[in-house]
Amino acid sequence: MSLFDQRLSEVHSQLRKRELSVTDLVEASLQQIKDVDGAIKAVLHVDEEAALQQAKALDERLAKEEEMGLLYGLTAGLKDNIVTKGLRTTAASKLLGNYDPVYDATVSQKLKDANAVVVAKLNMDEFAMGGSNENSGFFPTRNPWNTEYVPGGSSGGSAAAMAARQFFFTLGSDTGGSIRQPAAFCGVVGLKPTYGRVSRYGLIAFASSLDQIGPITKNVEDAAYVLQAIAGYDPYDSTSADVEVPDYLSALTGEVKGLRIGVPKELIGEGIDPEVRESVLAALKQLESMGATWSEVSMPHTEYAVPTYYLLASSEASSNLARFDGVRYGVRAENADNLIELYKETRSQGFGSEVKRRIMLGTYALSSGYYDAYYKKAQQVRTLIIQDFQNVFADFDLILHPTTPTTAFKLGEKVDDPVKMYLEDICTIPVNLAGLPAISIPCGFASNGLPIGMQLVGKAFDEATILRVAHAYEQATSHHQRKPELVRG
Amino acid sequence: MGEITRKEVEHVADLARLKLTEAEAERYTKDLNAILQFAAKLNELDTSNIQPTSHATDVKNVMREDANRPSLPREEALRNAADHEDGQFKVPAVFE
Repeated sequence: MSLFDQRLSEVHSQLRKRELSVTDLVEASLQQIKDVDGAIKAVLHVDEEAALQQAKALDERLAKEEEMGLLYGLTAGLKDNIVTKGLRTTAASKLLGNYDPVYDATVSQKLKDANAVVVAKLNMDEFAMGGSNENSGFFPTRNPWNTEYVPGGSSGGSAAAMAARQFFFTLGSDTGGSIRQPAAFCGVVGLKPTYGRVSRYGLIAFASSLDQIGPITKNVEDAAYVLQAIAGYDPYDSTSADVEVPDYLSALTGEVKGLRIGVPKELIGEGIDPEVRESVLAALKQLESMGATWSEVSMPHTEYAVPTYYLLASSEASSNLARFDGVRYGVRAENADNLIELYKETRSQGFGSEVKRRIMLGTYALSSGYYDAYYKKAQQVRTLIIQDFQNVFADFDLILHPTTPTTAFKLGEKVDDPVKMYLEDICTIPVNLAGLPAISIPCGFASNGLPIGMQLVGKAFDEATILRVAHAYEQATSHHQRKPELVRG
Repeated sequence: MGEITRKEVEHVADLARLKLTEAEAERYTKDLNAILQFAAKLNELDTSNIQPTSHATDVKNVMREDANRPSLPREEALRNAADHEDGQFKVPAVFE
């Protein structure tokens, strides 16, 4: 069994017994990047020297019997929209191609405090806009299960790198499914915490009322570990929640008896690929055999979630991305002879086509005369979507359905039709609009060999329940143990 | 709601401080119309008595003491700027 197949807790016990050193772990990550990343292109920036130095310092700490942080010695890759002091951060945009942050995001700092080693920054759709990684300003990442297919997005690099076992865990961000969808496409675990559970300070903002950082891991226990380290109130993010963080590891009891699961008929019937549906129904049967009950429920506003999301997220993005003007940071266009030209040239040369499309949509939706018809209307429908969840949670403990309507698609298959691409997000978007926690875990494989993911949605700030149920299911099944050919030793 | 015209697309681009090529202006006119047509689906719903949601969780004003705290040193704040002079960001002339 390779080092990277072990649970984080198993790696830790070897570190404690001195059977492994942090330097071993960092060297293993660097070697794995060299071995497999040429084929999948998940990594944007890597700082070998800094990682090895950190490893040495951590090894010395252990030698001196100092305390081990929660993520002691574990190598991580971070989505490239999470700022890291001294390590290039570009959000996969040419506009930020030369940006070296002068501060750490709160999650970056928390990982350092927990003694993790951030080795690399990972590819994504530019400014997190996209579901395939084809919108990266640099190059597309490929799915480790079949490199003709997309890894999903926007945290495609974080999910692909995890499936390719380059790190012990990665972080992504999720605005409309950007952690869960790529996790499903790549056969790994992806957790989007409740809005406000994890600080967004230092996350390059896309849509501030929806964005949330979360872990991508090989298994549920590891996700609980990483969430433990990054969750919590942060005075630097006024939308972060001052809510107690429970002990997530002790929540993993394996117990699902008496659990009531609601399955929205809108997300299990028409429009869902039959193989995906079969896998999810089999998973429900499994949970039933373990003592849970489930029934079909209705969330009638589901079909309105995607247009609602694209209006709201694009509006917020058009405002958030106004800061990229070539003045304080970023690649400034040359030859502009006045300030307005400087802004326009910088933005037009620096942004890719999807980012421009969304800025245009958002600017239009917020512009005078259209605000009520588009932006306010979408905010009202958002209320109805939230009520759908409240109604279900009055009678159920969690909601379960596929993470994506299909398995991964091929590169180039959907790039020409934005609406078709947006509809891919139907299963994940409602959760962001409602601000709820959700986890995607592997629940099978399609006949084409690509992974299938299912999603467990919990009540606000109840990550513990979805982790517990996901973990219990995982213990009873073996889908999460399967690895892409690329990394089978 | 009518179709968004090429001229409106150019106006929106100007508001967003973007300069579109011929091909982009054409492409975005087509794309925005497709997306807005898709968004028109929301008009099926009567929302006249529905409160708009701007944040899904309870978000309220967060106040703190107006006290000095450490901030970024000036050199650090300027480090990523394309151009600066005398400790300030430098841009082309705004007025002639």
